[in-house]
Amino acid sequence: MNRYIERNISWLFPLPAALFILSMMVFPVVYTFWVSLTDWSMTSSDAVKFVGLKNYIDLLSDPRFFNSVKLTLYFTVLAVGVETVLGVAIALLLNRDFKGKNLVKGILLLPMVATPVAIGLAWTLFYEPTIGLGNYALGLLGMEPSRWLASNTAVIPSLAIVDIWEWTPMVTLIVLAGLASLPNEPYEAAMVDGATPWQVLRYITLPLLTPTIMIAVILRGIDAFKTFDIIYTMTAGGPGFASETLNIYAYNLAFGYFKFGAASSALVALLALVLGSSLIVLWMRRSWDQ
Amino acid sequence: MKGFVKRGLVLAGAVVLAAAVAGCGSSGQKAADGQKYAGQTVRFVASNHTYTDAIKPLIPEFEKKTGIKVNMESYFEDQLTQKLTVEFTSGASSIDVFMTRPLQEGRLFSKNGWYQPLNTYLGDAQKTPADWKWNDFQKSAVDATTLKGNVYAVPIVTEWQTLFYRKDLFEQAGLTPPKTLEELEAAAKKFHNPSAGMYGIVSRGQRGASVTQFSSYLYGHGGDFLKDGKCVLDTPQAIQAIQYYGRILHDYGPPGVTNMSWPQAQALMASGKVAMWTDASTLLPGLLDPQKSKVADKIGLAMFPGGPGGQHPFMVVPWAVSIANQSKNKDAAWEFVKWLSSQEVMTKAQLAGNTTTRNAIWGDAAVVAKLHPGMADIAKQTGGIAVPYDRPVMTAVVEARDAIGDVIVKSIETGGTADIASLAKEAVAKVNALLEKSGEFGQ
Repeated sequence: MNRYIERNISWLFPLPAALFILSMMVFPVVYTFWVSLTDWSMTSSDAVKFVGLKNYIDLLSDPRFFNSVKLTLYFTVLAVGVETVLGVAIALLLNRDFKGKNLVKGILLLPMVATPVAIGLAWTLFYEPTIGLGNYALGLLGMEPSRWLASNTAVIPSLAIVDIWEWTPMVTLIVLAGLASLPNEPYEAAMVDGATPWQVLRYITLPLLTPTIMIAVILRGIDAFKTFDIIYTMTAGGPGFASETLNIYAYNLAFGYFKFGAASSALVALLALVLGSSLIVLWMRRSWDQ
Repeated sequence: MKGFVKRGLVLAGAVVLAAAVAGCGSSGQKAADGQKYAGQTVRFVASNHTYTDAIKPLIPEFEKKTGIKVNMESYFEDQLTQKLTVEFTSGASSIDVFMTRPLQEGRLFSKNGWYQPLNTYLGDAQKTPADWKWNDFQKSAVDATTLKGNVYAVPIVTEWQTLFYRKDLFEQAGLTPPKTLEELEAAAKKFHNPSAGMYGIVSRGQRGASVTQFSSYLYGHGGDFLKDGKCVLDTPQAIQAIQYYGRILHDYGPPGVTNMSWPQAQALMASGKVAMWTDASTLLPGLLDPQKSKVADKIGLAMFPGGPGGQHPFMVVPWAVSIANQSKNKDAAWEFVKWLSSQEVMTKAQLAGNTTTRNAIWGDAAVVAKLHPGMADIAKQTGGIAVPYDRPVMTAVVEARDAIGDVIVKSIETGGTADIASLAKEAVAKVNALLEKSGEFGQ
């Protein structure tokens, strides 16, 4: 028995991990892909059958699908873009010694650890056009009231603000970790050469930080693509379909209309989109390094 | 030490055994008292509803009387549908009794065989004694939970489109509640004063949710959702109704109507910011609760106004109770269903603000006297002229509601000035495609 283990140790030890990945990650993806090739629907009177790529063809002829892809990209680019700029700026501000630094870092963590549904409900109240704080705040600033979540044009930015509020701290923390590991020598050399603080930032800190920032962008990007909880609690895709992102669209197909085949095809499209954009960012990073 | 532990274990075992024997003894005795199903557990999955709130504190009485243990969970209506669908699809559900929406789920759940047909229970004098009075249920309500002659659920509440209005404001203005949609629009215009934080009228504007509360406006203009199994939302009457609904909510409604279902609309009405609200009659208790409502003593009730096509508010059975076909304790479950729809429990629910389905309760002068002024009259009058559905009755109702709701949202956004005719045509094509897919087209 012992000898058997010794001889096969190279595959026995990783076996539990491999089984876990197979059952929890590979299987659901493969199964989703399989379901996306069937017409499994609870409202149809026929038995489930294999329909090939029909769901994908239907998807490509549904304006709601293109609308949702567009909204997903809009939301992701807006949220992640602002989060990156803000996150890096805050990290640079915090990257010095001052009293209460740890307290500030602790406070920064708070939005990240709050429950998304609770966040959604609180922000829904904030955005209520008649009795909410949002329009009151705009009024104090001397600005026109907004309809926030009920406006076709403002709804995605309003949702992005919530995502930014919740997730900028994560970018900050990643960048802070990156800053702590930067070498000292280039800074000393720059000081000797008499570089201005702006030059130090532009030509030393940011280039050295780029790999870290890329990691933050990839992590946040993947998450933002898949955002579901805050959108579902705050608008459920409305008004009309003005905030129906790909994930909400797939959810509606599956649990609103009970069309599991069609929903799976939308999810495969989402997976392709997330994977594709991650690969693009990775490729950009590699070409940056060279 | 070891011996001590051993002795302790033996002792504990003896105690457990004794308790078990005692338990058997007592349940045996109870069986003689008519507690046939004592010791069984019933899992009840409910919706967050005033009826549920009313019966929840009474459940211990049922448990004591029958020895049946009730485990109750409740969910918001859409989550409830998902919960039920997922559990029933898995085939391994432990749900025994559940609340269901006949118009929303009735066809889908029936087709999938998820309801236990109740005819065998209702027809069996052993299981359903005559003094439970099944024949006392309103006929229209029973019709609503009957499909092809088979009763699949016991209807518990009815609701109808009604007009909630601010008595104080109408009195000040010397107005009586509007009788026609024309008067409704005029009143909304009169009370609409956004700079003072006052809005004329509110109703649902959220995509799917708006459809049911739009329905009475549709019928009042002479339109309908389906006719002979085909969608007819593109008739001139229907288009007029969509334009009207969009216009009043855009011109005299609060900002953000397109993101409102009933909780948001109710909150605005309760905060005293709106003069009128058209929605389901069951939402009245939330307006009358002084803890939730600033205008609890100023709420008036009126019949839903008539339009150019007549006065046709909807009156429907929004909730019924059924037994899951997969249940393993169907007889105990039936005991619970009978109890929660018994005249005694239902009367208590009615007094807590529900509008229930037993004729005897509506005929009971002591109960009627305690209802909100006008409630009983409006119920009776509405019942005589009502349309028994508030959405297109079909299997793919959720998807159809989204298609129709999208047109309503666009109408609200533009105040009815968008090209409603072609938008309605698109919606009709979508709904017809859904009807075809489920084999209901033209039927």
